[in-house]
Amino acid sequence: MPSLKDLKNRIASVKSTQKITKAMQLVAAAKLKRAQDAATAARPYAERLAAVLANLAGSAGGNGPKLLAGTGKSDVHLVVVMTAERGLAGGFNAYVVKLARQKIQALLNEGKTVKILTIGKKGREQLARDYAKLFTTHVNLSDIKGNDFSESAIAIGVMLTKSYEAGEFDVATLIYSQFKNVLSQVPTAQQLIPAKAPEGAPSIDLGGAIYTYEPNEEALLEALLPRYINTQILSALLESSAGEQASRMTAMDNATRNAKDLIKALNLKYNRARQAQITKELIEIISGAEAL
Amino acid sequence: MADKLHFSLVSPARELFSGDVDHVIAPGTEGEFGVLAHHAPFMTTLKNGVVRVLEGDAVKMRIYVRGGFADVTPAGLTILAEEARNLTDVKAEDVDAELEATRLKLLALDKDDPKQFALQAQMAYLEGIRAALAN
Repeated sequence: MPSLKDLKNRIASVKSTQKITKAMQLVAAAKLKRAQDAATAARPYAERLAAVLANLAGSAGGNGPKLLAGTGKSDVHLVVVMTAERGLAGGFNAYVVKLARQKIQALLNEGKTVKILTIGKKGREQLARDYAKLFTTHVNLSDIKGNDFSESAIAIGVMLTKSYEAGEFDVATLIYSQFKNVLSQVPTAQQLIPAKAPEGAPSIDLGGAIYTYEPNEEALLEALLPRYINTQILSALLESSAGEQASRMTAMDNATRNAKDLIKALNLKYNRARQAQITKELIEIISGAEAL
Repeated sequence: MADKLHFSLVSPARELFSGDVDHVIAPGTEGEFGVLAHHAPFMTTLKNGVVRVLEGDAVKMRIYVRGGFADVTPAGLTILAEEARNLTDVKAEDVDAELEATRLKLLALDKDDPKQFALQAQMAYLEGIRAALAN
């Protein structure tokens, strides 16, 4: 039986934990709003770029540039794992890592060479246990303020296209957390390179006219594809950041509620113990008086 | 001018403009071109420069774009810019300050930092805005 003092300390400590989780929840909620806005604002560009690419890729057929057509092999796979820089976000990072593990293991079982590029610290830490040998580069996101990911997205995109052109890998797959809504973030594997024209993009009715391309289709595709890849990375970064905040908000909300229940239970225990002690003291006094 | 051209300009950060206009002049890589309503389907890359939106003969808006694509379809003209700013909202002092900040960032980087590429492009873009503001 813990003493009254122990219980009191315990309650105080749970209360201060609750204060912290509550504060984290509020901060995450505010950040989520901003992250969601940024993700929404970026959507029109990504959608139109996808439509333009679908249109162009359709008319270019199978013999586009390497970024679209592929190297013709699929021996070396680069797996890009995008997670958050920080934890305490429920299962957010763990889900992405789980999918990454499955993907990596499946590729290894097929006898492919796998390279891993990690974005965000948490994924790297978790994958380091099993796959540290496969790591190539790591991208740190911790010095990014707000939701200004465009520089990093371009840097990552340029890095990927360069090493692809140098023949360092054949296929790049991005694994990130897709932001469906506040309650659900879906870990998704998306092929980045060779670029896949989005399916289901509405084809444009030209009314019988023929497209003019300036300078020409190949040059356009060559300019467009790296941007398309950058944009995909940027959208993924934005969605991942929105998802992280949403996940943290939910996790901290749960933690706050758990703390509340715990405090309630501890308070009950404390009051019982107090009463037991009072009763005991009374009995002692009364039996002392009777003995006289 | 009965017919209007539907014009939209989007950058990765947001949609800057969407609406019906008379005439748009954009800086294509192979030279400036104007788009009126019922233009034939056409696609081109853009270089850094000013996109002018005309209402009648008067320039209604000037937007500085950093590279990208223009896509003309029967539905209208779409410009996908890497980055874009409406020149009426931009102050020369702010651009100067940004230029200075970017220059310092660039100096602080290692020679083979992958971010260098992005920063250099940013420098060229800001210098372009500065030049466009001057005239």
